[in-house]
Amino acid sequence: MSQEIERLTDPGLPEHVHRKADSDPVAAKRAERQVAILFGLSAIGTILFIVSYIYIPLNIFVFLPILGSTNAHQLFLGLGLTFSMFFIGIGAIQWAKTLMPDNEVIAERHEFRSADEDRSDFIATVKERAGAAGLGRRSLIKRSLGLSLGLVGLSPLLLLRDLGPLPGKQLETTNWASGVRLVTDPGNRPIKPSDLEVGAVAQVLPQLPAGQERTLNSIAKDALLLIRLRPEDFQLSPERLSWTHEGIIAFSKICTHMGCAVALYEQQTKHLLCPCHQSTFDVPRAAKLIFGPAARPLPQLAITVDSEGYLVAKQGFTEPVGPSFWERSS
Amino acid sequence: MTARERAAGTVANYVDERTGAAKWLKKNLTKVFPDHWSFMLGEIALYSFIILLLSGTFLTFWFDPSQREVLYQGDYQPLSGIKMSAAYASTLHISFDIRGGLLMRQIHHWAALLFMAAIVVHLLRVFFTGAFRKPREFNWIIGVGLLTLGIVEGFLGYSLPDDLLSGTGIRIAEAIIQAMPIVGSYIAFFAFDGLFPGEAFIPRIFTVHVLLLPGIFLALITAHLMLVWYQKHTQYPGPGRTEKNIVGYPLMPVYMAKAGGFFFIVFGVTAFLSAVASINPIWLYGPYTPAQVSAGSQPDWYMGWLDGLVRMFPPIETHAFGHTLSWNILIPGVIIPGILFTGMALYPFIESWITGDKREHHLLDRPRNVPNRTALGVMALTFTTVALLNGGNDIIAIQFNLSINQIMWFSRIGILVLPPIAFVITKRICLSLQRADRDLVLHGRETGRLLRLPHGEFVEVHEPISPERAWTLTQHEQPNPLVLNPVDDHGVRRPGTLLNKLRARMSRAATEQVAKPNGEDLKEIEHH
Repeated sequence: MSQEIERLTDPGLPEHVHRKADSDPVAAKRAERQVAILFGLSAIGTILFIVSYIYIPLNIFVFLPILGSTNAHQLFLGLGLTFSMFFIGIGAIQWAKTLMPDNEVIAERHEFRSADEDRSDFIATVKERAGAAGLGRRSLIKRSLGLSLGLVGLSPLLLLRDLGPLPGKQLETTNWASGVRLVTDPGNRPIKPSDLEVGAVAQVLPQLPAGQERTLNSIAKDALLLIRLRPEDFQLSPERLSWTHEGIIAFSKICTHMGCAVALYEQQTKHLLCPCHQSTFDVPRAAKLIFGPAARPLPQLAITVDSEGYLVAKQGFTEPVGPSFWERSS
Repeated sequence: MTARERAAGTVANYVDERTGAAKWLKKNLTKVFPDHWSFMLGEIALYSFIILLLSGTFLTFWFDPSQREVLYQGDYQPLSGIKMSAAYASTLHISFDIRGGLLMRQIHHWAALLFMAAIVVHLLRVFFTGAFRKPREFNWIIGVGLLTLGIVEGFLGYSLPDDLLSGTGIRIAEAIIQAMPIVGSYIAFFAFDGLFPGEAFIPRIFTVHVLLLPGIFLALITAHLMLVWYQKHTQYPGPGRTEKNIVGYPLMPVYMAKAGGFFFIVFGVTAFLSAVASINPIWLYGPYTPAQVSAGSQPDWYMGWLDGLVRMFPPIETHAFGHTLSWNILIPGVIIPGILFTGMALYPFIESWITGDKREHHLLDRPRNVPNRTALGVMALTFTTVALLNGGNDIIAIQFNLSINQIMWFSRIGILVLPPIAFVITKRICLSLQRADRDLVLHGRETGRLLRLPHGEFVEVHEPISPERAWTLTQHEQPNPLVLNPVDDHGVRRPGTLLNKLRARMSRAATEQVAKPNGEDLKEIEHH
């Protein structure tokens, strides 16, 4: 294994160096006092903790440099706890270091491998016991046992089935459909194109039929961003251009990468940025991805106005919104 | 005999007559533990875990793990009258109305960060010193398991308050599940009881976070410690320390006092951090809604490298036969971490296969004496560090006024280029350090004293180092590379020639070293 070279010799464990407290009773007494003071500091910490708990109200704030405005109750409670804990530890270690014996001790190690005869004994025992069960001879038992043990694992798995419903088409549908009004979030007010100035951005949701509660589940699919540009800024196919209305373009707000809300709009560059993983979408080019990990543009919703002049969806989304999944076809 | 001694004797007698533990206790109370600062790293992890159990139990007394919608009417004015989940409202209640509640929340969070940091640094210590070698491979695997579970447990924990930041994290986790081929959307629907976010996940991850995972943690930590106890601790090489002995302080009283005291110090430091340094101020983020997100959304640090990988991966997706495969999620989110953690768990076996070393090891390696392993470790660290930095690319861009796109491109290229460079540099540094050790043993230490010789030459006086030091620098083994001829001693062709070639090549790389000085070298020098 190793090269046979003459090693330098092991000089053995160095001489034990005596500490002052080992021989000098005065030093030992001093060390004892130090330990006692440290434990005493801990007791003071506990008193600080108790006093803070009882007497400092919850709504007092103190200003500390660097830390800023801090809640006094929790600050002094924390400092009390810090003192009470920390100084017990320091005291115990000071005690161990100055007064407890510091002679290093040598203990032997033993190889973990058992003696050869024990090992062969063990193997013989296992063989004999296993032979007594006759597992090797009775292959029918062995196979049927294997089968049943394999199958028994299915039961707990099956029990998990009712954790949730099957996905069905739920990942592919939203509440957007032809004629559904766009309403502000928050506020639930329908909006007109004139409510949005050029360069403005708004988050909207579909107006729900009266009596229907809006759930987080629906927001997670329905959230929509409205952005108003000058119509001449668009670089869209004629079809996509017809999905806009007076320079207003609508995108799903749910990132096609991992579903975060694409919340940052840069007015100057007309880029939409997802704060989670920095996927960057170019608004004038139908949210084409120009940077980052998202593989698809944000789905665009076709919008128009209804007879009263409020913005409505011309049709539902033509593709699923949000992150990819196996059953997604495009 | 004093009264106290009599009382102690009675107790000892009582216990022993019922358990027969006297012999076992005597042996174990005098058990020897070697002393080194780096052996405290695992202790920090253990103590943080205890702090987590204590503070976590406190939090459950008020936390309401439910996504039932409530109208907040508590003391925190900015959120007054806002609809939110009961989980979020109860977290606000703990933070603002319960005395010591905020402190406990912060202790719980700080202890979790410390727990993970201690695990990682402890793991690095074990790796770089070769403490994972036979007979400690099982404990290494348990450790990798604890690290993996720790990441999951931490993530579930900071997801519980149901604030805007944590909900965003859960959304990303859901997207990873949903991206899995064939079963993805089914598992996602089972996990969330339907569409995201639903009203099921907080109660469910609560049970996992406070019951299932802590139970597994307790079992694994117990096994981890029992193995350390039974196999005895490793020790650093030095005079008087061999593979056959263990040098240190007895459990009672020195080690008990030191380790016990250290628990209080860890608790004290955690309490101090929690008293002065605000962490996860969920009241600033607001309740979760899928349509919002705050800029600069960051996971906790131990998830940061995964987030960094996901951020940097190029936008690749396959659409075929009516199905979608999101490589941009699967590769950085599932496949790369899977390879890293599997490789880490198997490393002890891989190394022993390369070196052919099947012996027990209780003396630790000095990292420089095993250049290949050290370089591999630094390479892996470089990889994760680049990923971690990229996980904070938005914060870095703002703080240092840089372009986020440039940081991303730096990471994309750096994650491929920097690790191999780090490997080569580390290996060279290790070999140079070996050379320096050799020099030190052969020529002694530079004293800084200059001497002018009679003929005008200046020389620096060297002083021989102590025999103890010289032994520490030269005690290690220097194995030769494995020789694996394609034909074995009996003239039979070995099976798997290609694998053998690979093994021999890796063994050659692993044994590249600077010859350490031996007795002969020293004698030769003395003749000069």
